[in-house]
Amino acid sequence: MPAVELNNICKSYNDNLVVNNVSFTVAQGDIFGLIGPNGAGKTTTIRMVMDIIKPESGEISILGESLNEDTKNRIGYLPEERGLYKKITVLQSLVYLASLKGMGNRAARSRAEELLQRVDMLPHQEKKIEELSRGMGQIIQFLATIIHDPQLLILDEPFAGLDPVNTNLLKEIILELRSQRKAIILSTHMMNEVEALCDRILMINKGRTVLYGELAEIKSRYRNNSVFLKFDGALGEIEGVVGKKDHGEYVELFLDGETLPQKILEQLVSRGVEINQFDISTPSLNEIFLQVVETGQ
Amino acid sequence: MNKTILILKHEFRQTVKRKGFIIMTLAFPVLALIAIGVFSLIQGIEKPPAPGEEVTIGYVDKVSGFDEYARQPGGITLTAYPTQEAATSALLAEEISEYFIIPPDYVSTGIVTRYTLERELEPPGETQWAIKSFLLSNLLEGQTSPEVTERVKVPMNLGTVRLDETGQVATDQGGFGAFIIPYLFSILLVMAIFTSSGFLLQGLGEEKENRIMEILLSSVSARQLLTGKVLGLGAVGLIQILIWLLSARFLVELVSTTIGGFATTLQIPSNLLILGVVYFILGYLLFAVLMAGVGSISSTTREGQQLSMIFTMSAVIPFIIIPFIMQNPGHIVTQILTLFPITAPITVMIRMGLTNIPAWELALSITLLVVTIIGSLVLAAKVFRTFLLMYGKRPRLREIIRCLREA
Repeated sequence: MPAVELNNICKSYNDNLVVNNVSFTVAQGDIFGLIGPNGAGKTTTIRMVMDIIKPESGEISILGESLNEDTKNRIGYLPEERGLYKKITVLQSLVYLASLKGMGNRAARSRAEELLQRVDMLPHQEKKIEELSRGMGQIIQFLATIIHDPQLLILDEPFAGLDPVNTNLLKEIILELRSQRKAIILSTHMMNEVEALCDRILMINKGRTVLYGELAEIKSRYRNNSVFLKFDGALGEIEGVVGKKDHGEYVELFLDGETLPQKILEQLVSRGVEINQFDISTPSLNEIFLQVVETGQ
Repeated sequence: MNKTILILKHEFRQTVKRKGFIIMTLAFPVLALIAIGVFSLIQGIEKPPAPGEEVTIGYVDKVSGFDEYARQPGGITLTAYPTQEAATSALLAEEISEYFIIPPDYVSTGIVTRYTLERELEPPGETQWAIKSFLLSNLLEGQTSPEVTERVKVPMNLGTVRLDETGQVATDQGGFGAFIIPYLFSILLVMAIFTSSGFLLQGLGEEKENRIMEILLSSVSARQLLTGKVLGLGAVGLIQILIWLLSARFLVELVSTTIGGFATTLQIPSNLLILGVVYFILGYLLFAVLMAGVGSISSTTREGQQLSMIFTMSAVIPFIIIPFIMQNPGHIVTQILTLFPITAPITVMIRMGLTNIPAWELALSITLLVVTIIGSLVLAAKVFRTFLLMYGKRPRLREIIRCLREA
């Protein structure tokens, strides 16, 4: 049973179709990247998953059923526009938000303390939210998202505004949650973060799906079929190479469609070329996105 | 626990801890106590001189014949001087506190001129009474009996008794004493309604500004959120008005025992409490729903407060035209204000102290309020859900109208 299943979801505002026939599934234990530029329709899609706004057409199934009070309690949602009550303490905030997810007061308090301990913020539990730094506040928001041990996590731009230390802390926790078989939807326009974390992705642009599937498969599909080489010595003619481009410190070799990079490496080693670095060129998600948008492929 | 109750409890706890709420709730009893204290103090100052504290007032009689009744109540003695110069010298020498001149044409003109060293708005009541009594007693000397003279000084003590439909003395005797309590209550009512609905508006504004709204909506529905907030803050308002009512009861008793006089005529109409609570609940619900709508289309707390002025200004119309309502408690305009949901709570409270409001008017007024609340709730819930997550900009009027039309 997939954790999330969307079928042909559509939504428009003022006759402007902002989500157009979007479908995807997310399995338990997956980190699923919902990516696209700003204004692509990611947040609208997520708000429809959370039943905050209603789709005009299509079906949404969460944890095997349509969203109800019980399934809502099994989701942790970190919205893009987020904040906390400024005048109450860290502990009160966490306990209140956990109680809205169906947790009892005692269990919520104990879990809050456990999570605060995990992120080294236990000494701050009696501080008011307004007394915390911005980064600390964001960590507390993240803890409020996971305090009730949800089966499905939806994180909308979770790394926005975080410093590198807190970004790493969040990544660590996200990976821990994946190891606990939680389904995680990561919505972001920062594609490098997706590359580092996600198993599968959905790329949308102007409300439409432009790419969907396993990240590794997509990257392989859009591979440039070239290798980067740093070496000492003379290259000469290499079988299977159809072109060369000198980038100064390294050379890019363009392969014909049939030759594998391993064959090139074998030829170079057999010729006695001293190889300092050999990289198979794979396009970044950003490059893939640009290519897809520009060429429509 | 039911999520609506969780929100209700949270809103209640957060609001009763607000400085604004505590100050507002305590302000009425504290200010009233201070007012009673000041009033008692002033009364004490204005009291006639204590026994043994003699006041002497001089006079110059240019008519002749004003030479009896020099001793007046309140320890005031009148002393005659032959000339104005002599009286002025006595005043400057502090032998007398003031003096007056009875001119030769006094009987035809009634003019008496008073001379004093004090700066004052008007002559003290005790002085006026003493001079008047002195003049009257001398004018009527030998012409009537002393009893008639005293009656001329105070020709009547007018008392009014209101009878009920059966010809029996009514329990509610009306008058200013009966009007003032409902009137004060209407002020408290509007304060409580505006305070509670104002907190709702402020809370929504803060939640929009703090960007916590979407986090809440991921756990509860817009309906649960709105209901929990409205009920939580309504409970706060109810507590506030109950505190005011209890303190008002205590204050009325205190006033009756310490000040007496007018205060003893104060009456709390028996149905004030019941209708007061009914109109508070209905009035609050209406304003809360309207404020929720305003709060969801406003991008900041301040903007919400400005927009809400449309409703709050309409609600206080009865206060603005209160002289008209007092003179015409049964006029068609007053009746319309009683039936119009936004002005109904205040108008009913004001009218209760002035007249018996017909039962059909009260029933229709309450029915209209209930119908308006339900209608507003449907529309506000739609607006609430549609515009709650719109940050930083206010929806255009066209968008709001379209949203309401689709509701």
